[in-house]
Amino acid sequence: MTATQPQAFDAIVIGSGISGGWAAKELTEKGLKVLLLERGHNIEHIKDYVNALKAPWQFDHRTEITREVQATHPAAKTEYFLTEGSSPFWSSEIDTPYEQAKPFSWLRSYHVGGRSLMWGRQSYRWSDLDFTANAREGIAVDWPIRYAEIAPWYDHAERFAGISGSIEGLPQLPDGQFMPAMEMNCVEKDVAARIRKHYNDRRRMIIGRTANITQPLENRVNCQYRNKCWLGCPFGAYFSTQSSTLPAAMQTGNLTLRPFSIVTRVLYDRDRRRATGVEVLDAETNQTYEFKSKIVFVCASALNSSWVLMNSANEVWPDGLGSSSGALGRYVMDHHFRVGAWGLAEGFEDRIVNGRRPNGIYIPRYRNLASGEDRGYLRGFGYQGGANRLGWQRDVAELDLGAAFKDALCEPGEWKIGLTGFGEILPHKDNRITLNREKTDKWGLPILKLDCEMRSNELAMRKDMEADAAEMLAAAGIKKIQSRDEGYTFGMGIHEMGGARMGRDPKTSVLNAHNQVWDAPNVFVTDGACMTSSSCVNPSLTYMALTARAANFAVEELKRGNL
Amino acid sequence: MAVAMGAAFVGPRLLSAGFRNGVSPGGLDFSRGDIALLDEIADTILPDTKVPGAKAAKTGECIAVIVRDCFEDDEQAVFTAGLADIAGAYEKRFGTSFVQGKPAERLMFLNEYNRALPRKSTRASRKNEPKDWRCFRHLKELTLLGYFTSEIGCTQALRFVEVPGGYDGNAPYKPGDRNWFVEVR
Repeated sequence: MTATQPQAFDAIVIGSGISGGWAAKELTEKGLKVLLLERGHNIEHIKDYVNALKAPWQFDHRTEITREVQATHPAAKTEYFLTEGSSPFWSSEIDTPYEQAKPFSWLRSYHVGGRSLMWGRQSYRWSDLDFTANAREGIAVDWPIRYAEIAPWYDHAERFAGISGSIEGLPQLPDGQFMPAMEMNCVEKDVAARIRKHYNDRRRMIIGRTANITQPLENRVNCQYRNKCWLGCPFGAYFSTQSSTLPAAMQTGNLTLRPFSIVTRVLYDRDRRRATGVEVLDAETNQTYEFKSKIVFVCASALNSSWVLMNSANEVWPDGLGSSSGALGRYVMDHHFRVGAWGLAEGFEDRIVNGRRPNGIYIPRYRNLASGEDRGYLRGFGYQGGANRLGWQRDVAELDLGAAFKDALCEPGEWKIGLTGFGEILPHKDNRITLNREKTDKWGLPILKLDCEMRSNELAMRKDMEADAAEMLAAAGIKKIQSRDEGYTFGMGIHEMGGARMGRDPKTSVLNAHNQVWDAPNVFVTDGACMTSSSCVNPSLTYMALTARAANFAVEELKRGNL
Repeated sequence: MAVAMGAAFVGPRLLSAGFRNGVSPGGLDFSRGDIALLDEIADTILPDTKVPGAKAAKTGECIAVIVRDCFEDDEQAVFTAGLADIAGAYEKRFGTSFVQGKPAERLMFLNEYNRALPRKSTRASRKNEPKDWRCFRHLKELTLLGYFTSEIGCTQALRFVEVPGGYDGNAPYKPGDRNWFVEVR
């Protein structure tokens, strides 16, 4: 391939994470020739999960991270998920710097599969409570879609990805096409029953709905309860690009995957008001290429998708493609968390858990469901958590060192149960990202300046998140309850959303109801960037559904000659 | 105190971890003598019982590798100075090195540290503690980590199954049953 002869495809997909993988699968299965671009290196399913089968003693640092990794991961280094084994999957923050107008932990994975390899896998549907919230409350702009329009696409996404969960009949957390639910352990079941009774079923603790399969699916083996998902699963038991969408796309014979491909801009034809393809900087050779296509799916992850738009069509709009709305780069969201409570359960000393379940419990949102409830904040939160017997990490401070101490740590400790709240962040105009063209990364590309913070609504909500967790544990008979707000820095949720929101009006939104850029209808943005509000549930399942829906629409529009 | 700067005479496991240029600009490394001391401290904390203890699990080497490769400069300095203080205090009191010391005296000596450590501490409060206390805290934590993630710790002190294959959230347990290994993260 040469830089002077652009290659042509039906569709180009930017990014190979959850959203990009889905776009590639859907578009190739509908017969389109697709170029899937990934800025990072390739990771092959199973073969490249180099730490997945290591025993604990085969790690030189026994999960501790080295000084080298600490130096290249200043934001991620304090996170529980950055371990010796998982660190190869988290990108160096030094190579790809960003400016923090306010503290922001931007945790990225630049490789094929993106963060689909390490995601938390919790998979929940949005409801109309979420889709109508902005309109009801006069916040930001209204979502251009409602639950009924996305519900069939949730079905589609769940059936293919494989989501295990329980049927609950809760309007705020719609049921889906679930595989059999994982099991709650004895303490969780007891606490769940007590919470349900105490709150007259207005609050419920359920098993987490997770993208870990509990039955075989296609060529994937059901979950083996190793709880090492973040190292890559040799059984393909959790949904990732590698385990699921990439093999499906490859099987069509219509996919070209190109790693080390940093998309620098969407090529724009101002006369036709259409994109004509993309410009790519090869991350290894620094060569620039152009690839042509009829449609472009931007799935580079929320902040980077905004970056691509901001750096595109600058000859028409100095602030980039989609900036005519004034909304590009604004209304950035995440989920705030790291606040909750824990305590000890009594009466289950003769019980233990066998197997390592890669999933916990979930308490769906119960605040502000009914109109008229006023907690001093809008929206709500859910809890994730779980119970288990304490291990050797508990120490036993009251015991002297020596044989009895060792014997004690070889046995399980008390049952501990914890709840961590995950709260909605309102879309705020001044939670904003911009391009800083004065500062560049190692490829000479402008970096993002991130200017986002929690505001009064989130701070008020956190008080309930802490107090309610302690109250529910107390109602469930839990002892020695402690609650804590450990503080939250924007981005820590790794649920970045917004920046190129959907809406009903090109004057106030970047994308329409089908994720098309108003100013370039053959450009679709279907990852977290498109989100108009954030709900309090984990967002990835919604990206899958929105991406599949948009891909279907794009192919129909292509057939109709509208793109 | 034999925390030899730049000395590279260590056991095979340390060598397998490699000496990475730039990892420890100060050139921190641990001699065989240091590792023997770390082994004896770890083995005093977690001695041989029905299952082998921390020394058999090569916990001393494990501690040395983690301190060398993972600790920041200031905490490395605290660790090495505190370790020298601990070893010096032992020698002064018992007239022999910790490594040569009697098991009962070593246990009594380390238990004094263990009882002296505040049950609750914060990052700020720990900064004001004497270096030997801070070093002891690291020694205890790293001994537990090193031992219970070792092959002996996982498979003999605990029960270890790489691929459980399923989940039982309500399995019977009776006192004396060993705990399962649970992934550290």
